[in-house]
Amino acid sequence: MPPVISTNQLTKRFGQFVAANALTFEVDKGEIFGFLGANGAGKTTAMRMLCGLSTPSDGKATVAGFDVYTQTEKIKQNIGYMSQKFSLYDDLTVTENIRFYAGIYGMNTKAIKTKTNELLQELQLEKEAKTLVKALPLGWKQKLAFSVAIVHDPDIVFLDEPTGGVDPVTRRQFWDLIYAASDKGVTVFVTTHYMDEAEYCNRVSIMVDGVIAALDSPANLKHQFSVANMEDVFYELARNAKRKAD
Amino acid sequence: MRQLITFIRKEFLHVFRDRKSLLMLFGLPIAQIVLFGFALSNEIKNSRIAIVDYSKDATTTRLISKIAASDYFDFQRSLAGADQLQAAFKKGDIKMAVIFPANFGDDLMHTGKATMQVIADASDPNQATTITNYLSQIVTDYNAELAKDAGQPMQINPETQMMYNPELRGAPNFVPGVMALVLMLVCTMMTSVAIVKEKELGTMEILLVSPFKPVYIIIAKLAPNLLISVLNLFIILLLSWLFLDLPVKGSLLLLVTCSILFILTSLSIGLLLSINAQTQQAAMMGSLMGMMLPTMLLTGFLFPIENMPLALQILSNLVPSRWYFIIVKRVMLKGLGITAIWREMLILTSMCVLLFTISLRKFKIRLQ
Repeated sequence: MPPVISTNQLTKRFGQFVAANALTFEVDKGEIFGFLGANGAGKTTAMRMLCGLSTPSDGKATVAGFDVYTQTEKIKQNIGYMSQKFSLYDDLTVTENIRFYAGIYGMNTKAIKTKTNELLQELQLEKEAKTLVKALPLGWKQKLAFSVAIVHDPDIVFLDEPTGGVDPVTRRQFWDLIYAASDKGVTVFVTTHYMDEAEYCNRVSIMVDGVIAALDSPANLKHQFSVANMEDVFYELARNAKRKAD
Repeated sequence: MRQLITFIRKEFLHVFRDRKSLLMLFGLPIAQIVLFGFALSNEIKNSRIAIVDYSKDATTTRLISKIAASDYFDFQRSLAGADQLQAAFKKGDIKMAVIFPANFGDDLMHTGKATMQVIADASDPNQATTITNYLSQIVTDYNAELAKDAGQPMQINPETQMMYNPELRGAPNFVPGVMALVLMLVCTMMTSVAIVKEKELGTMEILLVSPFKPVYIIIAKLAPNLLISVLNLFIILLLSWLFLDLPVKGSLLLLVTCSILFILTSLSIGLLLSINAQTQQAAMMGSLMGMMLPTMLLTGFLFPIENMPLALQILSNLVPSRWYFIIVKRVMLKGLGITAIWREMLILTSMCVLLFTISLRKFKIRLQ
């Protein structure tokens, strides 16, 4: 089976500054791929290129089988995205939020209706269907945001620090959702600052100063650096960084 | 298309959920009109006037006593000659002067016609119009009385002269002014805030990652604002017709068309503002400071543009509301047709197209 994301020497330059330098990696279908790096390491730049938001300066990449230079519209159809901000509309109800996001992906009315009911049931939010999102607890909002990000059944979902500011228990529950999505074949591309989350990933890449400094499963990485946990792996790599965090 | 409708529906939900803003949006024009309306319709009593009587006959004496008896006037003094009037006006001692020429009574008796002169201080145009109207009323009554007594028509003509501001700028000026101000404010502020809100929330990111086209985002954002602005327009027109006796004399269709043109121009400005603003506060301040002041000062409804320094006159050409103001005045107040305003319409259209194109392009560039 061909990889869902494939990059080759993917580079982004802003003038003299090389934000992402010759990134080469592949992500397989259904994989949970952790994308780690200190602030300013180039994670966001890389992710923006893969989402079709930013044109690479050099190199090649395909996402869901589509070229990042020429087929960004196709890419957008086939990916989901969720950021730390959860990106829900506070003044809309739970149902309205689901319907809106399903709607802008071009789903038809009937499909939207089915999907909405399905999601409400899965998240056990049936009673809250008509509640404004602002009244929901943080953990629920976050789960809803994730479900909304994959409401159109994308091949890949990009999660940009999805668990920022959430307590460990809620974070753990959130990862259950990620596993469930991955089991259904959705590829999960996730950036995080929490090293316990890095442990949950199938494979992890760690960016330092715009390049990928390490890429392997958490177990192999720990073995390679002869340390007990991902925290130390990250520290070993990131402490040599020359770039200042922004 | 279905995507667009979904989006537009969402925008309307935002608007209707935000009761406070909604109240403000519709309250603003109503408050303005009512405020101005009351200010205008208030009776002006005890205006100080002076009378110069060169004739001093029975007719003038009777007319003067009638004027003096009126509540509207506070009869200050009789002046010996017109040369003293200038000084009295300049000091602000009097608001109006009435001059009877020599042989006033004789003229009236022999020819059935006589002319009196009325001079008003029009630096406050509302007041000047009102008090000269009061005076005309008294003279008309007096004419009728005379005609009854004499058994033939008698005609005293008050010849009115407005000092300092002969064109009486100001009186019905404010309705077009309020229209320009309200539409400009509502459109720019609502649009810029609506877009910046998505940026603040982080939802803009999601929209950009989705296949939803940026131009659709813009259209969807503009739709509810366009509707609200058109509603506002009708509220203003209705209020000024009902309370201020200012009906649309010209073609309503033409007025609405031009208004929509102006609304679209303002919406484009809001769009442009939103691209540079990072927070809702910044967007709001930008619309208020950036739009309200130029609109109030350089449109011509508070201060006549002709009296401004050349630099400001040139600058005022760039303010869209200036052109809209002219259009509204001509169509609504004077009842003129498209031939009288095509130049202004052309200018507004070019502004609208230019601004919209720039903001659309900048909006796209920002996505890169």
